Amino acid sequence: MGEKAKGFFVTGDPLIYGADVSIIITLLGILVFLTYFKKWGWLWSEWLTTVDHKKIGIMYLVSSLLMLFRGGVDALLMRMQLAMPNTHFLQSQHYNEIFTTHGTIMILFMAMPFMFALFNIVIPLQIGARDVAYPFLNAMSFWLFFFGALLFNLSFVIGGSPDAGWLSYPPLSELAGSPGPGQNFYIWGIQISGIGSLATGINFLVTILKMRAPGMKLMQMPLFTWSVLSSCITIIFAFPVLTVTLALLFVDRFFGAHIFTAASGGNPMMYVNLIWMWGHPEVYIVVLPAFGIYSEIVSTFSKKKIFGYKSMVFSMIIISVLGYFTWVHHFFTMGAGADVNTFFAITTMAIGIPTGVKIFNWLFTMFRGRITMTQPMLWTLAFIPCFLVGGATGVMLAAAPADYQYHNSYFLIAHFHQTLIGGVVFGYLAGLYYWWPKMFGFKLNDRIGKWAFWTWNIGFYVCFMPQYALGFMGMTRRVYTYGWDMGWAPYNLVSTAGAFLMGIGFIFQVWQILYSIKHGERDLTGDPWNGRTLEWSIPSPAPHYNFAHLPAVRSDDSWWDMKKHRYGAAGQDEIKEYAPIHMPKNSGIPFLMSACWFVAGFGLTFEWIWLGIAGLAGIGICLLARSFQRNTDYYIPVDEIKRTEASIGRVV
Amino acid sequence: MSKRLSSGRLRMVSVLAAGLLVLLSGCDRRYLIFNPSGPVAEKELHLIILSAVLCAVVVIPVLALLIFIVYRYRDKPGNKAPYTPEWSDSKILEIVWWGVPIIIIGILGVYTAKTTYSLVKPPVEDVKPITIQVTSLDWKWLFQYPDQKIATVNYAEIPAGVPVQFHLTSDQMMNSFWVPELGGQEYTMPGMAMRLWLQADQPGTYYGSGANFTGKGFAHMKFKVVAKPQAEFNQWAKQVKKTAPALTEAKYQQLAQKGLSEKQTYSSYPERLFLDTIDRNGGKYMKPEMKHGGHDMSMMDHDNE
Ligand code: HEM
Ligand SMILES: [Cu+2]
Repeated sequence: MGEKAKGFFVTGDPLIYGADVSIIITLLGILVFLTYFKKWGWLWSEWLTTVDHKKIGIMYLVSSLLMLFRGGVDALLMRMQLAMPNTHFLQSQHYNEIFTTHGTIMILFMAMPFMFALFNIVIPLQIGARDVAYPFLNAMSFWLFFFGALLFNLSFVIGGSPDAGWLSYPPLSELAGSPGPGQNFYIWGIQISGIGSLATGINFLVTILKMRAPGMKLMQMPLFTWSVLSSCITIIFAFPVLTVTLALLFVDRFFGAHIFTAASGGNPMMYVNLIWMWGHPEVYIVVLPAFGIYSEIVSTFSKKKIFGYKSMVFSMIIISVLGYFTWVHHFFTMGAGADVNTFFAITTMAIGIPTGVKIFNWLFTMFRGRITMTQPMLWTLAFIPCFLVGGATGVMLAAAPADYQYHNSYFLIAHFHQTLIGGVVFGYLAGLYYWWPKMFGFKLNDRIGKWAFWTWNIGFYVCFMPQYALGFMGMTRRVYTYGWDMGWAPYNLVSTAGAFLMGIGFIFQVWQILYSIKHGERDLTGDPWNGRTLEWSIPSPAPHYNFAHLPAVRSDDSWWDMKKHRYGAAGQDEIKEYAPIHMPKNSGIPFLMSACWFVAGFGLTFEWIWLGIAGLAGIGICLLARSFQRNTDYYIPVDEIKRTEASIGRVV
Repeated sequence: MSKRLSSGRLRMVSVLAAGLLVLLSGCDRRYLIFNPSGPVAEKELHLIILSAVLCAVVVIPVLALLIFIVYRYRDKPGNKAPYTPEWSDSKILEIVWWGVPIIIIGILGVYTAKTTYSLVKPPVEDVKPITIQVTSLDWKWLFQYPDQKIATVNYAEIPAGVPVQFHLTSDQMMNSFWVPELGGQEYTMPGMAMRLWLQADQPGTYYGSGANFTGKGFAHMKFKVVAKPQAEFNQWAKQVKKTAPALTEAKYQQLAQKGLSEKQTYSSYPERLFLDTIDRNGGKYMKPEMKHGGHDMSMMDHDNE
């Protein structure tokens, strides 16, 4: 704040000028490419208007990897600034903006879309469905996320980034503490994508409850499906709280209300409570599906049934319920009193119990199995020790009086990175390697993958273990500089080195993907890992309609069972007639309506009322247009199904 | 395969070694939390150690089990370890691993509760405590001594061996008051006064900092707490009374501007400064029990005079 010029474009920082140039060059490059190769029509009809869950999943995936890159660059900038005491690489203002955008992006625009990518790519296939329950809404969700993220990222070059921390506590995030549009970008970026997230939660909950293949009982669902179900329940209860909280903050900032400003009778503690009523469930929203992924992978690559299926399901449900009763552990130091702190300390520790149970069950799935070290399995095996320690430090943090010493220190930073990277990111990466052949029909290269794996993992420990020590040494989070006097220098230097190792790991992965697109091992079977669940019963990539015949499920691990007893898609003798398949039509409305949201958000961010109203009007028009559309679905004729199935080598 | 495993083991060992290093170097003064200099920090450290040990009781065997299982059951031609692809539940095992964490959390829960309740009381009962009113400003700390009627900025002196009740508020952004060697932190919030008990057993100089982000100058919100024997403390207070300038209303306005500040010492301050700060920042709208941080109403007299 303060001395920063408040022009429309962010000026005065060579780093940002550099970014401006590269953004413009990239955009020009894309425009030229699309025009030169006459790809505009293709882009519109195959991607921008698609309602196919598989394509939406891929768009989520690409966006989240881009955001991982942006968030990662933010992280490296911060670590460079902290590598040595008294560094003058970043100014305080710039550093504050960077940690704010880093945190917000990593959780909301990296972890969430990565998770939704996997929901989209896997769930319908895994439960034997042809699409999600509400395909149009699904496209809506994606584009809302996309334009929300775009709006948020725009603050980097226009108007200035938010700088009040990823949860933006008032009074700092109020007008007095954060004048200028940065904080509004934060509010509207999250608000717009948040609506999409809520819709996705509803969509997948209904999909799982209503669209399962004939015969699949709840207790026969794969554990990933269960994990998504519990995550969706959590989303449905948590995201409305976020929406309301940010709306109230905006009311304060825009209309000059005093909901959270103490000086005029509001209460900032209310905000802190509300934001964590969303924030704590949010960490479980992102980690539960990771648990599901690990369960699938452990079982597949140990060639053994998952151990303790019922307790796995039960523990996930407990976690998603208990997750609502722990939020106060994020502010034990707000002086709520011994009764309140004790209650929330114990509920928090209690979450460790089902989490621990899951770890035992994974171990005993491997016990007396046959473990193959594929890439997905490597990431899963790396997850177990990492999350074990992260969970343990979580339990240590949950002991309220101990937390008085850890809170806001680097100990906390180390804890949540250990759970978020070791739990969530490792999990999604494991899932990415696991389902990649299903998405694209080829495997990702092993050799480069191993390099990526080891640099990521070693980098992780080198980066974050010293941060526990720094916490014990009294180093607080969010400081942009420190002196020689406290002895923090050596650990910080080591930590920075670790961060760069992880950065190298990411580069290996990009290289791995590019390399494998050209040279990757093709998968013609559709079942490259000898899988156990239905997504492996169809070709890779799956045809537009997924299943030519809906599978008839008789047991858990249904594909495994079909292969063993030779029925369903694994049966040689059952050839049924095809029937026309009912599918949703593409629609441009989700894209256009979300673009209108973007315009509205941009207008409200700069308090250009006319633009805001124009955007909102556009949204209204889109809604109207949609409600007059009658012709929203069609049937794929039997001929076309036959042709498709023949072309991918299936019996006709 | 064996290469992969040995690097896995190597990593494990180095992680454990790093952990051990932290513990061993606990005597090192730089690890503030492992060097408690008063009863509050000591209690908190005990809980930290207890929780770490209880967690280690689970974590270490599980790590060992993981290594064993991955080694034993890897898919390698000629591996003679049993293979039971359909074996997928066991009541006894399930009871064990629901039971063990429940017991551990139970133990930790009891000690956590005990410590939590004990920290809202004065650390020792038989010594008359003193009160210091703390205001976090952007970006400096103001300490007022209602008994001595003096004030300091960015450092505080306290008598050693005497419980100190800090009354914490903020004029502007929400911060957190943390002196790791003396005890854990507590938020400073506009419009109310939170209470925090701390005590230094020995004379010494202790590092303190703001722990909750407050914007541009946040990183510089450091202060020293200097503990002295009671006699020397009294001497210091007298000295300040005699020689330092007064903190006037005008000077306070200046101090409250956004910006950094050097250490300052003042021989007096406007009588109602602390209360006015609270009221101006919203205290006037708060219920009295909120305004005064809930518990320990008996110690409130200083704020009300
Ligand atoms: C065994 C389970 C866990 C326990 C007992 C636990 C406990 C805690 C506690 C007590 C805090 C508050 C510390 C403080 O602010 O002083 C905390 C912070 C945090 N935890 Fe965990 N945690 C667990 C698992 C997780 C998981 C699975 C994730 C994410 C996937 C996670 C992410 C976070 C984050 C992001 C924060 C801090 C956010 C912030 O202040 O900005 N934790 N955890
Ligand atoms: Cu939490």
